[in-house]
Amino acid sequence: MIPYANVAQLRSGLDNGEFSAEELAYFYLSRIDAATDLNCFITVDQEGVIAAAKNADKAIAKKSVGPLTGIPIAHKDLFCTEGLLTSCASHMLNNFVAPYDATVVDRLRKAGAITLGKTNMDEFAMGSSNETSFYGAVKNPWDRTCVPGGSSGGSAAAIAAGLAAACTGSDTGGSIRQPASFCGVTGLKPTYGRVSRYGMIAFASSLDQGGPLARTASDAGTLLNAIEGYDPNDSTSAIADATDFRSASQPLKIGIPAQYWNDLSASLTKVLDEARLTLESLGHRFVPVDLPHTNASTAAYYVIAGAEASTNLSRYDGVRYGHRAASAESLENLYQVSRSEGFGSEVKRRILTGTYALSVGYYEAYYLKAQQIRRLIRQDFLDAFLQADVILTPVAPSTAFKRDELMEDPIMMYQQDIYTTPASLAGLPALSLPCGFSDRMPVGMQLIGPHFGEASLLKLGRQYQDETDWHALHPVYDDD
Amino acid sequence: MTEWEPVIGLEVHVQLATRSKIFSRAATTFGKYPNSNANAVDIALPGVLPVLNEEAVRMAIKFGLAIDAEIAPSCRFDRKNYFYPDLPKGYQISQLDQPIVGRGTLPIFLVDGSIREIGITRAHLEEDAGKSIHTEYEGLTGIDLNRAGTPLLEIVSEPELHSANEAAACFRELHSLVTALEICDGNLNEGSMRCDANISIRPRGSKILGQRTEIKNVNSFRFVEKALRYEIERQISVLESGGDVVLETRLYDSERDETRSMRSKESSDDYRYFPDPDLLPVDISDDLIESVRVTVPELPAEKRNRYIVELGLTNYEANRLIEDPKVSRYFDEAAQRSVDAKLAANWILGEISAALKRDEIDFAEVPISPGELGKLIQRIEDETISGKIAKSIFESLWKKEGSVDGIIESRGLQQLSNATELEKVVSQIIDDFPDQVRQFRDGKEKILGFFVGHVMKATAGRANPKQVNEILQRELRV
Amino acid sequence: MRPPTSSSGLKVDQQTIDKLLLLSQLSLLPEDREKLLGDLSSIVELIDFMQTIDTEGVEPLSHPLEVTQRLRADEPETSLDQEQYQAIAPQIRDGLYLVPRVLE
Repeated sequence: MIPYANVAQLRSGLDNGEFSAEELAYFYLSRIDAATDLNCFITVDQEGVIAAAKNADKAIAKKSVGPLTGIPIAHKDLFCTEGLLTSCASHMLNNFVAPYDATVVDRLRKAGAITLGKTNMDEFAMGSSNETSFYGAVKNPWDRTCVPGGSSGGSAAAIAAGLAAACTGSDTGGSIRQPASFCGVTGLKPTYGRVSRYGMIAFASSLDQGGPLARTASDAGTLLNAIEGYDPNDSTSAIADATDFRSASQPLKIGIPAQYWNDLSASLTKVLDEARLTLESLGHRFVPVDLPHTNASTAAYYVIAGAEASTNLSRYDGVRYGHRAASAESLENLYQVSRSEGFGSEVKRRILTGTYALSVGYYEAYYLKAQQIRRLIRQDFLDAFLQADVILTPVAPSTAFKRDELMEDPIMMYQQDIYTTPASLAGLPALSLPCGFSDRMPVGMQLIGPHFGEASLLKLGRQYQDETDWHALHPVYDDD
Repeated sequence: MTEWEPVIGLEVHVQLATRSKIFSRAATTFGKYPNSNANAVDIALPGVLPVLNEEAVRMAIKFGLAIDAEIAPSCRFDRKNYFYPDLPKGYQISQLDQPIVGRGTLPIFLVDGSIREIGITRAHLEEDAGKSIHTEYEGLTGIDLNRAGTPLLEIVSEPELHSANEAAACFRELHSLVTALEICDGNLNEGSMRCDANISIRPRGSKILGQRTEIKNVNSFRFVEKALRYEIERQISVLESGGDVVLETRLYDSERDETRSMRSKESSDDYRYFPDPDLLPVDISDDLIESVRVTVPELPAEKRNRYIVELGLTNYEANRLIEDPKVSRYFDEAAQRSVDAKLAANWILGEISAALKRDEIDFAEVPISPGELGKLIQRIEDETISGKIAKSIFESLWKKEGSVDGIIESRGLQQLSNATELEKVVSQIIDDFPDQVRQFRDGKEKILGFFVGHVMKATAGRANPKQVNEILQRELRV
Repeated sequence: MRPPTSSSGLKVDQQTIDKLLLLSQLSLLPEDREKLLGDLSSIVELIDFMQTIDTEGVEPLSHPLEVTQRLRADEPETSLDQEQYQAIAPQIRDGLYLVPRVLE
């Protein structure tokens, strides 16, 4: 029972003395050890987590606990963790032991959570299938021939397989929501600025947000409370009240944008329609909303994300840290070889497209145009939120696809993000909740809220999860 | 023979004297050890982010106010992308389209005393890069990032300077201004201000600009003038021999007194500027501007004007005094004791300057307070002491041997001005030297000095020279 | 589901690739260049689709939230973790990061 327990259940078990934090930590460590074929973890910090667990046990004994004291979690390997390898799943950083903690890591540590290790991901967070990692692909625990989604594939799969109670992930164009959907777990992309980006290795600065993946909306809220809040080290960090997700949900007007539902496959439509019925039975009603610029989102996203990423990755040159070419005759040579050896092909592709979008002659047509479209997309949502409290959409156009299926077709891969990029461009919070299965693979639904409206989303999520069991399901293994 | 007109514009990078860097909290005062003052943000570790230093913004606004410029109500930072080892992020955070300071004017004072108003196009904030150190390690260059992240204010002038002399004057004026505003320490040796010049020439009367070259990184007023003088001649000779001036960057070699083409960097000009997404637009409110306005001191131009017009100093004296705000502050205090300002200027530019040089100390370490200097001058004015005695008192003051009045009193240095006493001494000297008296009466006027000297000796230097002269003239001509 | 794609005359060719590789300090093997050419062309078509959207009079949006920069007080921090930073440096001597000789 324990591996698929949620944080709230573990808290209760720890506080009631059913097990100690140390026992819990060992338990997860052995499960991780038995599931290395899933490849969810890049680094497992056995010594560190046991030492932290012992400290947690002392605190528990003194009854001096918070919601996360002694809870074993894992961090996506783009959060800097002091003293631990922080690789971003890249050859470029495969020797980078971070000299400082990301704010997210620091806050979770101070909240008492203990860190099992660092989860696998798409290289530099660029991908939707966790197939571009330098450390190899992650397998979907529901079907090991399938991808777990990306880029937070390791985090989502770890929770699905019961290898951690909760994980941190990051979402730039869907990287928390889509893997959560593919792996049947809950994932939240917070409002842009809600969670500090300091120490979170940058992909696209105006889109990146760190957020929780967990078994329940309630757990996601607990983690969010621990990490959210203004950080003076991050200029884009917002000052906002703590998310209060514990009270009951009010009856809501749930917006249905035709643009997201028109082309959805029959099998997914069936699953999501049932979810709608459930929500209706809980007292919510549906209103149509119009998001006319939705189909321009993918293009605008890729230009903006690529442009920002191309310059964010310029610091990787082998001079001050990270991979360095073994021998270089000149400075140009040092840069070119270190970077070409260090980055995988998807990362290079994105850097080059991003560079293209910013280069002389193309800036207006590409980057500026994309930013204009961005404003239109945001305005679409602002208008829609005059009619609706939250918006319901699918998360992805399919369930988890087979490994290698989309690797040769970058456009198809980019289309994975079609339902998730608009909320990213608009900076809105979005929650991915498991809501059923299609062909035996998990399906998620997305709830998008207004800026800083995480509370509504989480309250609705909790209510839905009180009524349904999808979030509690997990793949069954022989040794369970 | 074509008459050529040089057209010059300056780009001056001023290191702002903030305590911490523009986007990181590391201190700006450099450690002696390389990279000892470079923190995670300066080193551009993965995951770090920039946060804007308020004081850098205030200093930029202060400069803008001092040149009567438009201060942008909102400004923005952009990334300027290029690869170079002293640029750790692979881009420099700068300002392209929305600089913090817009158009303004800077009056410059030329050698002949005339004033020209030079347009300043804009001034913007950006971060400084680190330093490349060509090491003793074979084939390797060392990178020191202590300087990386220091705030810079880049000041761009309109191409309205028409001679090497004017360009040097403009650079000098900017230096005076930023030091008077206390936004820069003005230490040219340490690179606190760096001057780039864009220079082209065209036939006089033409409205079309010629092809320019850029002279980079000249760090003294003298070298700015010499570098541009050389470059003007060079461009003239290129054009007059039928060639074309090539758009390029050149460095000034002070030892050979020539400009040289920099080894052309392969790097493209495509900096791919775009708004830095890690920083938000900066709101410059009227309140912020007003709170800076009250800190703007009397500007060098205003001061110079006051010195020349109200206090009667010469151009040269005024210019020398305002070069260093410490000096002008000292002068203002010393001159305040209702003393002839010119005397105060002379003492500062003469005796004090010489003593500083002799002892190899900085003006900040002057051992005589401006008040004491003022008092010393007062005592000359009210004829308590003679100028000559004052000089020896000065030496004692320098060695901190007491106060002006204290020294006069204890050493009995009061000037001897009693006519009766003086007449007695003069009579005695005249009696003692009949030969010289005859020489004087025969027409050798210069021998007056001989008598003056002896009177001085007889009175231990205390005789009032003016009176001695009068009495001698009277007695000798009898 | 593919969004409609349209091309607007801007193609990617070998010269473009050369320039982009130089600007981003990357190099590619010949077979990867070919592949990249194809990839970039498809991506450009995707991006060209944006041109069909009417954005007349629309201000570009750089940040999802319309907020302004907070200013930091000018207080230098007192301690730095020099040793930790130097420990992860690939080539460092006497505190200096080393690179192949840079000629000015």
